Amino acid sequence: MNAAKQNEPSEIELLLPWYAAGTLDPHESQQVERALASDPELAARYAWVRAELEQETLVGETAGEPSGRDVKSLFAKIDALPARRPRRQPQSSSFGERIAEFLASLSPRTLAWSAAVAALAIALQAGLLADLMIKERTAGGYDTASAPADAQSEGAYVLIRFKPQTTATDIANFLDSNKFSIVAGPSVGQLFRVRVAPNKLAKDDLMRVVTTLQGDKVVDFIALTD
Amino acid sequence: MPTTSDEVLIGRIAKSDRLAMEELYGRYRVPVYRFVLRMVRNPTVAEDLNSDVFLDVWRQAGTFEGRSAVSTWIFSIARFKALNALQRRPTEELNETADAIEDQADDPEIALAKKDKAAVLRACLLKLSAEHREIVNLVYYQHKSVEEVAGIVGIPEATVKTRMFYARKKLSELLTEQGIERGWP
Repeated sequence: MNAAKQNEPSEIELLLPWYAAGTLDPHESQQVERALASDPELAARYAWVRAELEQETLVGETAGEPSGRDVKSLFAKIDALPARRPRRQPQSSSFGERIAEFLASLSPRTLAWSAAVAALAIALQAGLLADLMIKERTAGGYDTASAPADAQSEGAYVLIRFKPQTTATDIANFLDSNKFSIVAGPSVGQLFRVRVAPNKLAKDDLMRVVTTLQGDKVVDFIALTD
Repeated sequence: MPTTSDEVLIGRIAKSDRLAMEELYGRYRVPVYRFVLRMVRNPTVAEDLNSDVFLDVWRQAGTFEGRSAVSTWIFSIARFKALNALQRRPTEELNETADAIEDQADDPEIALAKKDKAAVLRACLLKLSAEHREIVNLVYYQHKSVEEVAGIVGIPEATVKTRMFYARKKLSELLTEQGIERGWP
């Protein structure tokens, strides 16, 4: 038990590599310095940390550099990409703030007219939807075996990571040919949220889609998502 | 002359500014290449991955939100590419540097090297697993802080510290196999 406890590194010992690399904040550096000054055993271990740092640096410095053709190769790949529309860098962190910025940029008269038009559009849309629902119910409508009708407007989604060598053109072709669309991403792990059907699918149906897509040449990883 | 910040360059790259891309690439092409090379241990693969990393930077510059430093973001892309490459070609990667290190017990050069602790230490560093090579390179060579490593690798800061400790512990075991006892770790 004592041996096990001895084997547990102290917080200071854990910090030694960063102290050697000079990447600790001043407070932590002072703590390590004090510990090294008062603990000869820790100082001996630190000598090994320094040796490791020196050798890893040597490994890195003798690793060479990319060949001279790398810049050309990179820009050739960039040129092969489809031209993109310039996009504005988000200046605010949240969607709400960006909406607020946009609204603030409108004049009061424009804002009032926009609000009136939007209210009218919403009222019309609500009326049309209500009318559609009443007609469907009157006609009996239908429910698919895979999904209830009331859930069909939600769409079906999966998470996809594309293979690293996949080009933007490959991805665009993949989306077009399957009538998919990327709705979000990439998030952590380069995952994109992709809409694979306009209506919500039953889990079995969605699994069939996932299984089929697993074999696609551009798909590296695919998983179900809500 | 004041240097343009990475964040400003990314903003310009998002607007398809090639000069900004050239400048950012000039800053990071060597460190990123060396990090990727340390992971995949094959210069040709590393060079291809390096340009893929910066192709992603070009493509995704518009989505960069500044939640981490630009360098952390670039290294996390590089790490992802390198790990993917290792998954695709585990056999080839072992054939590279590892071959030169394995089964060296009877090699006269190694016997000579044993006299040189630094050379043995260097050989043992090369022998670490990808997970350990990655963290050792980020801390010792790329000089990344605990927070930056956590951002690149995607693990909590406490895990970064213990992973580095276990990498060093493994190093210690490899040194012991080569006849160098340095104690804990």
